[in-house]
Amino acid sequence: MTPTRKRRLIGILIIIIGVGISAVVAMQALNENMLFFVSPTDVEEQSLPVGKRFRLGGLVAVESVSRAEDSLAVAFVVTDGAHSVDVRFDGILPDLFREGQGIIALGELKPDGHFEADEVLAKHDENYMPPEVADALEKAGHVESEQ
Amino acid sequence: MTVELGQISLLAALLTALVLGLVPMIGTYTGNRRFIAVSTTAALIQCLLVMISFGILTSAFIVQDFSVEYVARNSNSLLPMHYRFSAVWSAHEGSLLLWELILAVWIAAVALFSKRLPEIFRARVLAVLGWVSVGFLLFIILTSNPFGRLIPSAVEGLDLNPLLQDFGLIIHPPLLYMGYVGFSVAFAFAVAALLGGEVSRDWVRWSRPWTLVAWAFLTIGIALGSWWAYYELGWGGYWFWDPVENASFMPWLVGTALIHSQAVTEKRGAFGNWTLLLALSAFSLSLLGTFLVRSGVLTSVHAFASDPTRGVFILAYLALVVGGSLTLYAIRAPKMIQGGGFAGMSRETFLLVNNLVFTVMAAMVLTGTLYPLLIDALGAGKISVGPPYFGLLFTWLLVPMVIALPIGINSRWQQDSGSRLFGMVRWPLLASLAIGTVVWIMQPSIGFVSAAGITGGAWVILGSLFYVGQFQLKKKSFRIPGSILAMTLAHVGLGVFLIGLSMVSTLSTEKHLRMEAGDKYQMAGYTFEFLGTKIVQGPNYTANEGEFVITKGDQEVTRLYPQKREYAQRGNIMTEAAIDPGLTRDLYVSLGEPLDQSGRAWAVRVYHKPFIRWIWLGSIFMLAGGMLAAANKRYRRKMPATEPVTTKAKEVAA
Repeated sequence: MTPTRKRRLIGILIIIIGVGISAVVAMQALNENMLFFVSPTDVEEQSLPVGKRFRLGGLVAVESVSRAEDSLAVAFVVTDGAHSVDVRFDGILPDLFREGQGIIALGELKPDGHFEADEVLAKHDENYMPPEVADALEKAGHVESEQ
Repeated sequence: MTVELGQISLLAALLTALVLGLVPMIGTYTGNRRFIAVSTTAALIQCLLVMISFGILTSAFIVQDFSVEYVARNSNSLLPMHYRFSAVWSAHEGSLLLWELILAVWIAAVALFSKRLPEIFRARVLAVLGWVSVGFLLFIILTSNPFGRLIPSAVEGLDLNPLLQDFGLIIHPPLLYMGYVGFSVAFAFAVAALLGGEVSRDWVRWSRPWTLVAWAFLTIGIALGSWWAYYELGWGGYWFWDPVENASFMPWLVGTALIHSQAVTEKRGAFGNWTLLLALSAFSLSLLGTFLVRSGVLTSVHAFASDPTRGVFILAYLALVVGGSLTLYAIRAPKMIQGGGFAGMSRETFLLVNNLVFTVMAAMVLTGTLYPLLIDALGAGKISVGPPYFGLLFTWLLVPMVIALPIGINSRWQQDSGSRLFGMVRWPLLASLAIGTVVWIMQPSIGFVSAAGITGGAWVILGSLFYVGQFQLKKKSFRIPGSILAMTLAHVGLGVFLIGLSMVSTLSTEKHLRMEAGDKYQMAGYTFEFLGTKIVQGPNYTANEGEFVITKGDQEVTRLYPQKREYAQRGNIMTEAAIDPGLTRDLYVSLGEPLDQSGRAWAVRVYHKPFIRWIWLGSIFMLAGGMLAAANKRYRRKMPATEPVTTKAKEVAA
């Protein structure tokens, strides 16, 4: 093996090892940061682990929103027609958050069964239903009246 | 009637594009020079026809022709004049027409400014661009016609989405598309080179300014999108790793690798095949981005159209472009061999590090973006990939790049010695380490990662400036060559960006508060006092406008007036943040929602964001660098007859 070839071989090996390590790290990071989308029916039917983050989607139940007097804390119910989950959130709700509107909440289940959200998303179009939410509603047999 | 003319001229443009794709290409194989000469004429006629079509759609918006469905959906009689222009590209159909317009202009520009290229190569480049245009025109005509009539005509329009009624959004899409579409020139160059089976360094030199301009536009387009999200979405975020942002970021990452790899190929002849592959990838990723955004497979603010036929069309087009070009590459590239060997310690090696890091970054973003789609397609549940995935990977991948960058700048082509290099960079190295340490000691709350980020930013800036200084000392002249100034600007931009990112990610204070008129809140030495809200009337909205006095000590710094708007026609509620920008800090106030019936108490966001402007300032430096590099005189010089970098393998088989 000529010195040039040897050097080239070492170079290629270093590249392969480097790319390999980053691929492993990437897969690890991907698995750790994967958030599952869950509907209220899933929450009811599967025993989801307390303290694991996921995305909860559904409609904000009508007349379920209640606010604290002296802070930003807010509680509401997310439903897919078949089942519902109590959600608590301390923060500013998005502009398009309304009762009857489809939303996605990020957070985790607490031991008493309520969902503690740290982020609430509603999409920036009043006709828009997040596809995950539409899908979950359909599964729960809830017919969307707007469409 | 005029609107139908728009459609007719679009059809005529399609026919012209077919001529452009077919005739010169046939000419290059049969040697018919009249066929080859068709390319210029066809490119210019196509450009004119698309311009007419675009002009007619624009005029429909200006005169508010609500008998056109697209106009009725995206405009309103109350819409101010300047937004009527931008409303043209505010939704799916019009934004595709804008894409096609920009493509047609690029093609015409290539036709006009490529006289120096060999005739056959040039005809092939234009023909490939013609095929790209055919694909887009077919897409518009078959699935997304903006000229469709509404029968009976609407009396009033639905209005433009209020989020898009903003200066940032007037220029964000055109700039982004200039970038996306600009990479089509590099793509066509690569396909033409593969068809001919050879690449010459002069041709690579010809394609560099085109790629640089596209890259510069894409850079500023992405930065504008980030700036817009920051002030318009009302919650002060500047990058969300949203799939649609990723869609524009992937071509940028590969494009960045491409402009560096082109430099090596032009100067040294190495990386020839790799440059071609990157050119194919950059444009393929631009198309993939379009597919992701337009097909409705993604959930995002941007995914305004979701129509399955559109998705299928773009997917087929994407498969054709990516599959076709990669197959061509697979057949042709192994037959082309590279020139220009180099040692382990050389500028080529450092640029190799750059290319590796950027392609790995692009691959990571691609994985994170497509993985949820894959899982969904397999029926394994609906997932999303959180921002920490991207944040973590980028932090790690930036390390080798930032370390290598200043060393690479100061290194010599082909062969260099480690000790000479260390001698070159030791002062910037020591200075940046000192800066990082001092910042960390003075402000321990920034933490190790951000202190390292600031050190890295300083290292990149000082290392780049040091090189310029050395260069001048050696030449004993104060004139810095344009290409070196351009490179330095862009790299200093990266350093500025890194410092901004490090500062803002750890030193920001964000508070969500319940405030009543008269309430005060202290943050980072500033006092924010809420004076209350009043109703104000805009041209097509009514708003609650809050008033905040911000003081530092007894000095009034500024007054901020954030708004909560309700747009009359669609009934949308919009948050309009109020920002006091500054080089070292932004003060950001936005209204959440009223918390009681009387409207005295409001949910309020109060943010202090140090150095956030540096993130966009860095992008402006990069834009300037890219443009300056593209303007370099040597790209306009006549092409001398030199030997190609790559020749067919059999000729050099020995």
